[in-house]
Amino acid sequence: MRETILHTDTISAEDAEKTGFQTPPGNGRRMTLNMGPQHPSTHGVLRVVLELDGETIIKAVPDIGFLHTGIEKECEVKTWQQVVTLTDRVDYLANLSNNLVYALAVEKLIGDIEIPPKAQWLRVMMAELSRLNSHLVWLGTHALDIGAMSVFFYCFREREDILRILEMFSGQRMMTSYIRIGGVALEPPRGWQQAVGKFIGTFPSKVDEYEELLDTNPIWTRRTKGVGIAPLETLLDLGVTGPMIRAAGMKWDIRKSEPYSSYEKFDFDVPTRTENDVFARYRVRLTEMRQSARIITQALQGMPEGAWQADAPKIVLPEREKMKTQMEALIYHFKIVTEGFRVPAGEAFQVVESPRGEIGYYVVSDGTSKPHRVFMRTPSFGNLQALPALLEGRLLADSIAALGSMDFVLGDTDR
Amino acid sequence: MLPDELKEKPDAAALEARLPDAITDGHAEHGESTLFISPSRIVEACRFLKDEQKFVRLSGITAVDWHPADPRFEVVYLLHSLEKNTRLRLKCRVSESQCEIDSVTGLWRGANWYEREVFDMFGIKFRNHPDLRRILMPNDWEGNPLRRDYPVHGHKYTYQNE
Repeated sequence: MRETILHTDTISAEDAEKTGFQTPPGNGRRMTLNMGPQHPSTHGVLRVVLELDGETIIKAVPDIGFLHTGIEKECEVKTWQQVVTLTDRVDYLANLSNNLVYALAVEKLIGDIEIPPKAQWLRVMMAELSRLNSHLVWLGTHALDIGAMSVFFYCFREREDILRILEMFSGQRMMTSYIRIGGVALEPPRGWQQAVGKFIGTFPSKVDEYEELLDTNPIWTRRTKGVGIAPLETLLDLGVTGPMIRAAGMKWDIRKSEPYSSYEKFDFDVPTRTENDVFARYRVRLTEMRQSARIITQALQGMPEGAWQADAPKIVLPEREKMKTQMEALIYHFKIVTEGFRVPAGEAFQVVESPRGEIGYYVVSDGTSKPHRVFMRTPSFGNLQALPALLEGRLLADSIAALGSMDFVLGDTDR
Repeated sequence: MLPDELKEKPDAAALEARLPDAITDGHAEHGESTLFISPSRIVEACRFLKDEQKFVRLSGITAVDWHPADPRFEVVYLLHSLEKNTRLRLKCRVSESQCEIDSVTGLWRGANWYEREVFDMFGIKFRNHPDLRRILMPNDWEGNPLRRDYPVHGHKYTYQNE
């Protein structure tokens, strides 16, 4: 009788079976705690079942799939160009990275399509803007979780500027679908140089502000230093990529190791830390923001002249003006919109560095106008597997800091 | 048999030398090498590539359904070597009648969720997997959504607790 009172079992037997969680045998000290899927600190619908001994986490079992929308299945019935809009919705913070990796993979399959330099540079600039957007949201919400409220307001102030720029370019704040197969969707709007220049001119000083708010903040440092540590080998073994790996001392960034979309022409550094804790991940992401700002400045200053779309009339939609005067343009427009273009049979795997790590799209074509299979190797799915390694054996209060430092997006995990 | 176009690739040639009957086919497209491995040898091939050819990372595991062809499925392993900065794709053909393959979770712990996803979405079983359950779909879901004969719209569904 005494045992049943002390043992607060918060999940039902049915739930325990669903998550594969074994209730600890009648030990009065152990407690099973359900965290999520509606808990605000899990950044989306992540559920973690924790087994506690006092305040120490003995076992953590993540349960995902609440946000599964079947995007990979949906790709089967969309034409190649229509899939671009689905890739936006995989990760709402890194939509341009997802657009980019899909476009690059399909262009690899098409083969004889040459992306003009201006389109490549625009792609780099937009991908870096979305990296800033993602890191700002991460920093704001992560600091909010740990109790530093003002950082949230600072970060969202700058994020608003980025969203305005994205809207200016594409007409959309979040689901931009700006990077298309064969280039970018629209010509950059009039006055974009001023808008981006104004933002990027002041942004580095804003990063100084975040740094000032957090680096010397004793609560922040005590809650993040030495928390959420797992050895580098374990992280690699579990499939972790991106800033988490760089905070563990590994200098690996796909923008440098497998450059795409003319990243090799830009001058930037890959920040690394060796402490491998939550604080190191914060420092890595903060330095990455400064590096992204450098890349955007270079893109702004050296933006090549010329076309923003490839000269491939069968793939790229014609300009509106040409459709009014040229018969061919009208025919191609009709063909692309009604049945889509065909992509030669084959397969391609393309990776890019997203704000969260390695996104890889494995695209298989059977020669028709719809993809046979699009597999999205998303960074959040890979990173989240390391959650038990970060939590187990640590205190419950630290789990929030460790969870936040992973920077996952559940839409990206469940797809 | 290793095709001629892959003979110059050091990793593929080394694998062919070590396990001569493991590679059944292969091709190089768009600068990416693909090796077809006989399903019964996949763990051996992966162990050799990981331990001796420095493919420390498993980027992901997925499958492709070629319904109604037989063998129906291809299980795809996306390997990555950080040291050599190369990627390699391994494929195993799995038929519908014998829908299972050995798990590589013993080599990369990160394979766990990817194999669960393939099990969930395609119904391919992984032998010796520590925890083979559905991962994205509900536990009582019928069918495997990413099979080509599974409808995109209008499948049967019920709400359990209503």
